[in-house]
Amino acid sequence: MNTLAPFFQFPNASRISWASVPVFSVTKLVRLTGEMLESGARLCSWFGVPEHDGTILVAVLAMDAESTLAVARSEPVGGSYPSLTPKHPQAHLFEREVWEQHGLVPVGHPWLKPVRHTYGNAPANAPFYRVDGGEVHEVAVGPVHAGVIEPGHFRFQCAGEEVLHLEIALGYQHRGVEEALANGPHRATMSQVEAVAGDTTIAHATAHASVLEALGGVEAPLRAQWLRAIALELERLANHTGDMGALALDVAFLPTSAACGKIRGDFLNLTALLCGNRFGRGLIRPGGCRHDLEEDRLQTLVQRLKVHMDDVEQAMAWFWDAASVRVRFRNVGVVHPSQASDIGLVGPAARACGLVRDVRFDHPAGWHRFSHSPVAVWPSGDIFARARVRSLEVQRSGRYLFEQLAAPVDGDTSTALPAPQPESMVVALVEGWRGEVCHVALTDHFGRFRRYKITDPSFHNWTGLALSLRGTAISDFPICNKSFNLSYCGFDL
Amino acid sequence: MYIFDTIMNRMRRGCQTMPYPKGPAPALPDRHGGALRLDASACPAGCAECIAACPVSAITREPGQAARLDLGRCLFCGDCVEACPGGAITRTGDHRLAVRRREDLILGEPGKEELRLAAALDGKMKSLLGRSLRLRQVSAGGCGACEADINVLGTIGWDLGRFGIQYVASPRHADGVLITGPVTKGMELALQKTWEAVPEPRIAIALGACAISGGPFVGHPQHNDGAASVIPIDLYIPGCPPHPLTILDGFLRLLDRLPAHNR
Repeated sequence: MNTLAPFFQFPNASRISWASVPVFSVTKLVRLTGEMLESGARLCSWFGVPEHDGTILVAVLAMDAESTLAVARSEPVGGSYPSLTPKHPQAHLFEREVWEQHGLVPVGHPWLKPVRHTYGNAPANAPFYRVDGGEVHEVAVGPVHAGVIEPGHFRFQCAGEEVLHLEIALGYQHRGVEEALANGPHRATMSQVEAVAGDTTIAHATAHASVLEALGGVEAPLRAQWLRAIALELERLANHTGDMGALALDVAFLPTSAACGKIRGDFLNLTALLCGNRFGRGLIRPGGCRHDLEEDRLQTLVQRLKVHMDDVEQAMAWFWDAASVRVRFRNVGVVHPSQASDIGLVGPAARACGLVRDVRFDHPAGWHRFSHSPVAVWPSGDIFARARVRSLEVQRSGRYLFEQLAAPVDGDTSTALPAPQPESMVVALVEGWRGEVCHVALTDHFGRFRRYKITDPSFHNWTGLALSLRGTAISDFPICNKSFNLSYCGFDL
Repeated sequence: MYIFDTIMNRMRRGCQTMPYPKGPAPALPDRHGGALRLDASACPAGCAECIAACPVSAITREPGQAARLDLGRCLFCGDCVEACPGGAITRTGDHRLAVRRREDLILGEPGKEELRLAAALDGKMKSLLGRSLRLRQVSAGGCGACEADINVLGTIGWDLGRFGIQYVASPRHADGVLITGPVTKGMELALQKTWEAVPEPRIAIALGACAISGGPFVGHPQHNDGAASVIPIDLYIPGCPPHPLTILDGFLRLLDRLPAHNR
């Protein structure tokens, strides 16, 4: 691709030297990034790196069709730069974040306000978007929601039942993850990465381990890569099953809801069989995996998986068989494919808009270089599609697991990890169950993390939830929300 | 058609709720170590291997003193067990971890090799809450794993409702709060307001390493290193996250609802 030429291209989870990342004036970086986005690239990450008195802007793009990542940076800048957002809405949160973290003003950004930081007692959210009119009313929800769920604040502008606009303000869970990771890796780094988003432990841990392995110039043994791929699908199965149950509950279809709630726990227990922890804590370590799947354990896993797959397929069959469920989901909470592509949706939410985006397929690394399940896509962009993609992925993940477990890979589970190389950069993408998990590490001349940037799929997708509510009844919010089921802590970091 | 299938399947599956606590507790996964035990008398002189291995500084050792392990900080990763050359730190496989006082989680001194399990609520509180406990859950900066396993207790396998324990939407309907997360600066006010909206008498439960001590992010300036600095805590349930069985044991222990053979 000629358009890629000015950017440095490299594959997923590989190390490049910081010096080889091309440097442009900030205006040119914005222009070139814009051109690449127009030619079909996606913005994986856009962040600042402090240097002396200024900030270096770094653009990380994915060219899915070429299975290539591309990166470029700006000269150190201060003050302001021309915003990407007016033409490329997928940059909007990244630019707000850079402004919040480094004070760089994206000139022309239509809605510049803080993302997550705390000033005083609550995240500083600045004024909310407001619709005026005699019939218009505002509904404010949160930060403490009604259920057992993480905190966030939602502002609905409604005319009667109809939602004209929903603005979502997050940041309540902000723990300072990136600040904590800076200058690492240190003793607590792995536990912190595993807690970026508790339900996505495997994906984040795998991304981080890949980063350190690439920085150290080693590859985890194939058996460890195989184990990670298995754990990743178990994580997907548990969460997708939970989501199907939650969707069923919100349309009052109780058989599926009751069954899926339990089966989700059964899948979590399979992860615990592997490593002792239901969320996969302690399984993945840089250099490999901490636990092995011995023959008898593998047989137990296969037997239990068979039972749980039968159960979940049955529970989903009831669900899809019910006309009352199907009709409740159709044409509700629609995100159009063009919107999805504009705002850079990832994961099942993107695939439910017909976009073929799946890191396991587009940017294979680790075990996915040898084996991956088909990409599940549905075109309609509504809740039906998001639920349908999940149930397709449940089936395919199950089948993938049986295939993998039938052909175990021999070898060690871990290898010695050399110290990270200095002045280097690694981008690791992993397809978590919500979508693309992106970890970018940049090392200083001691090999410590000069900057560690995490982008959880939720960062791309919250805007999708806001758009899906437009023109919908406010009473549809619960099922819209469940159909995305995004992470608050993964966003808030 | 699906109605018939559903009924048939429902009959085939039978009751899915576990017999615990009347029956035996379900087994923890074999790699789940359960509670830890620290026998500091077995510590080799001058050894600090476990201290170096712990990601969250849960283990400390003053010069000339016995090692101390704070299970309120512990992530139960087991790194210290592997690192200890003297076998002083061991896994017990015990799911029971809930305590009433913060100091009961600190192990190491003679006679305190294991944590001191929670005593039940006394007198009036027990008569008020023992058979019906409504909790408002406040997620205050955790990773969402504790919340997930709190929700699991509501599923048919565990059926928390059979004990009269429920999670409710409004603090006005609640008898107490169940806190997860280290209480970020962003959630401090919300937690305080929620707590104040719960009518007295009320209880507070801190669940998970984050809510007890700050968890993997202990010591970072964006949060409060746990809920105790914001509101008084009546029950601590350690873990990262605690196993659902550990959570249920904590609730039932507090309410004095555990039969003698499962205490």
